[in-house]
Amino acid sequence: MTVFIIRRLMQSSVVVAVMSLLVFVGVNIVGDPVDMLINPEADQAEIERVMRDLGLDRPVHEQYGYFVVNALQGDLGKSFIFGEPALQLIVQRMPATFELAIAALLIAVVLGIPLGVIAGLRPEAPSSKAIMAGSILGFSLPSFWVGIMMIMLFAVMLGWLPSTGRGDTVPFLGMQVSFLTWDGLQHLLLPAINLSLFKLSLVIRLARAGTREVVHQDYIKFARAKGLSESRVVLVHLLKNIMIPVVTVLGLEFGGLVAFSVVTETVFAWPGMGKLIIDSLHELDRPVVVAYLMIVVLMFVIINLLVDIVYSVLDPRVRLQDARA
Amino acid sequence: MAAANATLAVDGLKTHFFTKAGVVKAVDGVSFEVGRGEIMGLVGESGSGKSVTGFSIIGLVDPPGRVVEGRILHNGEDLVGLGAERMRGLRGNRIAMIFQDPMMTLNPVLRIETQMVEAVLAHNAVSKEEARGMARDALGQVGIPSPDERLRAYPHQFSGGMRQRVAIAIALLNRPDLIIADEPTTALDVTIQGQILYEAQKLCREAGAAMIWITHDLAVVAGIADRISVMYAGRIVEQGETGDIVDRPAHPYTRGLIGSVPSRNTRGGRLFQIPGMTPSLLNLAPGCAFRERCPAADGACLVEPETSHPLPGRELRCHHPQLEAAP
Ligand SMILES: Nc1ncnc2c1ncn2[C@@H]1O[C@H](COP(=O)(O)OP(=O)(O)O)[C@@H](O)[C@H]1O
Ligand code: SF4
Ligand SMILES: [Mg+2]
Repeated sequence: MTVFIIRRLMQSSVVVAVMSLLVFVGVNIVGDPVDMLINPEADQAEIERVMRDLGLDRPVHEQYGYFVVNALQGDLGKSFIFGEPALQLIVQRMPATFELAIAALLIAVVLGIPLGVIAGLRPEAPSSKAIMAGSILGFSLPSFWVGIMMIMLFAVMLGWLPSTGRGDTVPFLGMQVSFLTWDGLQHLLLPAINLSLFKLSLVIRLARAGTREVVHQDYIKFARAKGLSESRVVLVHLLKNIMIPVVTVLGLEFGGLVAFSVVTETVFAWPGMGKLIIDSLHELDRPVVVAYLMIVVLMFVIINLLVDIVYSVLDPRVRLQDARA
Repeated sequence: MAAANATLAVDGLKTHFFTKAGVVKAVDGVSFEVGRGEIMGLVGESGSGKSVTGFSIIGLVDPPGRVVEGRILHNGEDLVGLGAERMRGLRGNRIAMIFQDPMMTLNPVLRIETQMVEAVLAHNAVSKEEARGMARDALGQVGIPSPDERLRAYPHQFSGGMRQRVAIAIALLNRPDLIIADEPTTALDVTIQGQILYEAQKLCREAGAAMIWITHDLAVVAGIADRISVMYAGRIVEQGETGDIVDRPAHPYTRGLIGSVPSRNTRGGRLFQIPGMTPSLLNLAPGCAFRERCPAADGACLVEPETSHPLPGRELRCHHPQLEAAP
């Protein structure tokens, strides 16, 4: 296990290094921030002074070297717009996005697995067909449109739930969170459901496909032949086998959830990283964009690593291979 | 005809599958009895309905199949139409089943311990510790070394033969009075096959359990079974004492099966093969199902033969029983 983790950590650092280069070069290709930042009436000397201040007069490779050295010390540059460290800007908004993504993931798992298992156990039943039809909608309707419809229905017409912002927050583990206050929870509900719809559909499909495959396995019949109750057969023998693909995919998709929250955060004016990055892109605030992308890359890498570890805990056959590796 | 003292008396059992293509009469009027400590070999080519017979008894026929007719008397209690909860209470407790492929019967993500302890707890009001003790003893009984340690292992850490021993240990856990062994050695290599066969027989006799040993290989079961039932296309075509059947098979199909077993007489010569293939059980034509492949078939065979008793202790379904000595 330790060997496995060390090897994976080394692979991960290579990935992060390569990505940092791509991100840096990529961001430098799109647009010149100086045009945006400087008063159009400024003279040449003024422009050069700003460029020097921001380090933009150096060649790109030198800028990159400077960026890497600073990045390794946890400094991802200062926002051109806010004049604050980019990392700090993002980290401030991270709890909001993570809270939203985790809430969405929970909804996807808590609803998706039972619905998928039900649909898989009785594929011909009308209820199963309804579940599958719903999951097709969840896949195909555009997230922003659903979000707007949800606001129209639940916030504007019915007036049940608020449509924008995080509501009241309270500190929890050093972060501000919404889910611990009633007002915050109400604010969280709509965006979390909106963000979860796609993953919910995915989980339903995975759980259903897994159930349909596993339910015909001899070990399920053997479990029944032992006289186990139906609930034990389904909740232990079946569920534990279908959890492997579900956990793997969901874990890997968590990064996607954070990335996708850009749309949901925009629709619901949720003050998270997604909203920040959209604003920064508009204003060509390079350090913030680079920092955001680096953090997302780092997050994907860490998630991959965690998923592999959880996977090996769930599937004893994988553990054995690691022991040999 | 069902004797009151038989552990299992199957009487006129019909299990059909109602598929989109039509009705598959997988088991179509099967009757037999197995008594305490007795081993019955259920023999027939693949697809003849042996497994479905076994699953019918234990109440695990997959949809779209169901038992449509007949009685399955287990110690006098009819299992056909028995309530789900009562049936669950019998399964794995009074009636146990061992499956064909040991690589597939154990759940890959659960420890052996979990899979054994749950089988005890499903039927006995004992503590987890006691259940674990019973599991350990059962593993020891089937010849698994250091059972205490092996309980902690996962199925993939066992060889095929060892996994089948585990499955047998699970089947024996609650001291069932009926064990259905569905080709439990077919997937194993020959030496291990012999060991398992020997031990299963020993354990069954010691426990006084009735046993149905299902196989497509008559040679396998001839060594251990007291009686043999030969199944063809959903029906039992010949039934009798093992020695009698092997020495004097009366049904052309049984003769074919015995002819295809290598023996001293046939060594060096060409093995006899029954020509043709098992018929599809979907929309089977009336008459004797063996007709197409039978050397003795004639016009009379267009009518389904009734059960007759041409020899003492023998049951037969054939218009032209072959009563002279075996070929
Ligand atoms: N789930 C099922 N659906 C339809 N037909 C089935 C099903 N299971 C078994 N059968 C039919 O029942 C017949 C007997 O099968 P089986 O009892 O497994 O044969 P055996 O064990 O003797 O090889 C087969 O011909 C098969 O077509
Ligand atoms: S009834 Fe006729 S076809 Fe069937 S086994 Fe006997 S002789 Fe052959
Ligand atoms: Mg079979």
